[in-house]
Amino acid sequence: MKENGMSLIVKRITRITVSLIFMFGVYILLHGHLTPGGGFAGGVIIALSFIHLVLAFGKETAFKRMDQVGASIAESFGGLMFLGIALLGVFAGKEFFLNVLPKGTPFDLFSSGIIILCNIAIFIKVGAGLFAIFVALAIMRIPVDDPGQEDGR
Amino acid sequence: MSLYILCFILFLLGFYCLLVKQNLIKKIIGFGIMEYAINLFFILLGYRWEGEAPILDKHQVIVNFVDPLPQALILTSIVIGLGITALMVAIVIRIYEKHKSFDINEIRKLRG
Amino acid sequence: MIEVHVILVLMIIGAIAAIEIEEMLSSVIAMGAVGIGLSLQFLLLRAPDLAITQLVVEILSLIILIKATVGAKMPKEKFRARIGYLIFALLFAAAFLFFSEQALRELPGFGSPLMKMGSEYLTEGLKKTGATNMVSAIILDFRGYDTLGEATVLFTSVIGVLAVLRIVRKRA
Repeated sequence: MKENGMSLIVKRITRITVSLIFMFGVYILLHGHLTPGGGFAGGVIIALSFIHLVLAFGKETAFKRMDQVGASIAESFGGLMFLGIALLGVFAGKEFFLNVLPKGTPFDLFSSGIIILCNIAIFIKVGAGLFAIFVALAIMRIPVDDPGQEDGR
Repeated sequence: MSLYILCFILFLLGFYCLLVKQNLIKKIIGFGIMEYAINLFFILLGYRWEGEAPILDKHQVIVNFVDPLPQALILTSIVIGLGITALMVAIVIRIYEKHKSFDINEIRKLRG
Repeated sequence: MIEVHVILVLMIIGAIAAIEIEEMLSSVIAMGAVGIGLSLQFLLLRAPDLAITQLVVEILSLIILIKATVGAKMPKEKFRARIGYLIFALLFAAAFLFFSEQALRELPGFGSPLMKMGSEYLTEGLKKTGATNMVSAIILDFRGYDTLGEATVLFTSVIGVLAVLRIVRKRA
C-alpha cells in the first residue's frame, strides 16, 4: 500500500462500525448460555473487528497500537484461565471440571455456574489467537538486508 | 435418503479436487469442500420432523427438539477446520516464496 | 424439505465452479459461496448456533485465502500426466457410492433420529446446569473435555502459523 490505509470516507465510517461490531461480539459472548452463540462465535467476531481496523487504517498506523506480542500474551492468558477454571473442581475436593459455582434462577445473566466464565476464557483465547494469525500473514516479508534481496508480498 | 446421497456427492467432488488438481491452492479448496460435506452430514443425521432448535423458552413449553449432541460436536469441528486452513495457507505461502510457483510438478523438480 | 434440497444442489454447482475455474481469485470466491450456502443449511436444519459460527469462520478463512492468492501467477495444468489419478478417483467414487447405499439403509431414515443421549440431555439439562441453551450446556458442562482438546488444537495451529511465518534475519 502506497498511502497509509484506505480513503477518508472509509476511515470515518470505520470508527463507527468497529465499535458496533465489538459490542455485538461482546453481546453474543455474554448471552451464550441463554441464546445461540457463545465463546467461539464471539471470539471470531472480535478478531474480525480488529482486522477491520487494520485493513482500514493501514499496517503501519495500526500496528503501533496492537502488535503480535500483545496478542500472544493475551492468548496464553486465555488458555491458562480456562485451565484454572477447570481446576477449581479439584481444589474444592471433587472431580476435575465440575460445575462448582452456584446456579441461580434460569434465564438470568449470571445463572449456570461455570459456563459464563469458561465462555469468557475461550473468547479471549480465540480472539487473540486469530488476530495473531492475521498479523503474521500481514507483516510477513523478507527483510531487505542487501539491496539485491526481494521483498515478500 | 436422497439428501445423504447429495451430501456424499459433495464429499466426492472435494476428494476429486484434492487428488487430481496440480495447483496447491486448489488442493486447499478441495480439502475445505470435504470438510463442509462432513459437517453437513452430521447435522442431517440429527434432524427431526417438525423439530425446534434446542433452546428452552420462558413463555412456552416445547416438546419436540432436534438432537443437540451432533450440533455440539460439529461446533468444535468448524473452529478446528479454520485452524487447519490457516496452517495450510501459511505453509503454501512459504513454498511460493521459495519456488515462485504453485504447481507441484515444478516444486518437485527444483532442488535447494 | 424442498429448501434443503435446493440449497444442496446450489452448493454442488458452486463446488463444481470452484474446482473447474482456472483463475484462482474467482475459485476462492466460489468456495466462499459454498460456505455461506452451508450456513443457510444450518439455519434451515434448526441449528442457529452453528449458523452464526459457520458464517464468521467462513469470512475469516476467505480473508486468509485471498491474502495467499492475490497477485500470484497461474500455472498451466498438464492434464495428461494425471490420467491415472483421475481413473482412480472415478473408481473410488463408484465404490464409495455403492457401499454407502447399502450402509445408509441401516440408518433410521431422515427425520427420526435415535436420540438416546439427546433426550437425556434435553430433559436433565436445565436442572443440572442451569443454562437454557442446550448446545452451550453440552459443550461446556457435559462434554467439557472435548472443548479443552479443541482449545489445545487451536493453540497448536496458532503456534504453527507463527513459527512458519517467522521473519528470518540473515546475518551477512
